[in-house]
Amino acid sequence: MAVRVQEADFDLSAEVCALSASRTDIGAIVTFTGTVRGTAHGSPIASMSLEHYPGMTEAELGRVEAEAHRRWPLEASLIVHRVGTLAPGDNIVLVVTASAHRHAAFEAAEFLMDYLKTRAPFWKKETDASGVGHWVDAREADTTAEARWQINAPSKAAE
Amino acid sequence: MTAGHGTPLKILYFAWVREKTGRASEDVVVPQGIETVGDLVAWLKARGPEFEAAFARSDVIRAAVDQTHVKPTSLITGAREVAFFPPVTGG
Repeated sequence: MAVRVQEADFDLSAEVCALSASRTDIGAIVTFTGTVRGTAHGSPIASMSLEHYPGMTEAELGRVEAEAHRRWPLEASLIVHRVGTLAPGDNIVLVVTASAHRHAAFEAAEFLMDYLKTRAPFWKKETDASGVGHWVDAREADTTAEARWQINAPSKAAE
Repeated sequence: MTAGHGTPLKILYFAWVREKTGRASEDVVVPQGIETVGDLVAWLKARGPEFEAAFARSDVIRAAVDQTHVKPTSLITGAREVAFFPPVTGG
């Protein structure tokens, strides 16, 4: 279990190698990478800046990760989230889940992203081509996506 | 001990709440009688036009007490820091 908040980019394959090195209990590894879209509401963006709440961010990501481990039989997991100024196409977030069997890894990865999007204190601001910044509004769909895990919580045996 | 007995409380503002208040954080001494997050918002709003503007959409603004998400009815008794921010948009 690990969470990291950093300005630097991450290397997906290096992270997966480090997480699974000399492990033989893992049979499934799922990764999710979120990247910066080049448009917002149909208009191109020049950059995106990510602000966060140092301290609470790490605490909240840790709580979300611990909840995933409580719900699924995960052997390992990793959340890396970038902050600072990013360009279209840049990596934003990496989630890696590892389990003996694929279903737990798939479901836990989706759960981590759904929970992270509604709970982790990050805020995105997009800057358009003319240099004007716009705070990104929270999406109702993200709240709906998080809510389904509360009524559809799988059992530990859901492998 | 409550936050209303002269104990300094750190208030943090993020994203557009920070921009509207014009500050990222401040230490305040909250008067007696301010017991919940909602009470604190009402007290902050009365401090000046920038706070009135920042908290105009107070139904949208989220809060955390000591780095944990809370509701407007949550107590701030004994809190070290309270943060105000828009709904989060990470991921």
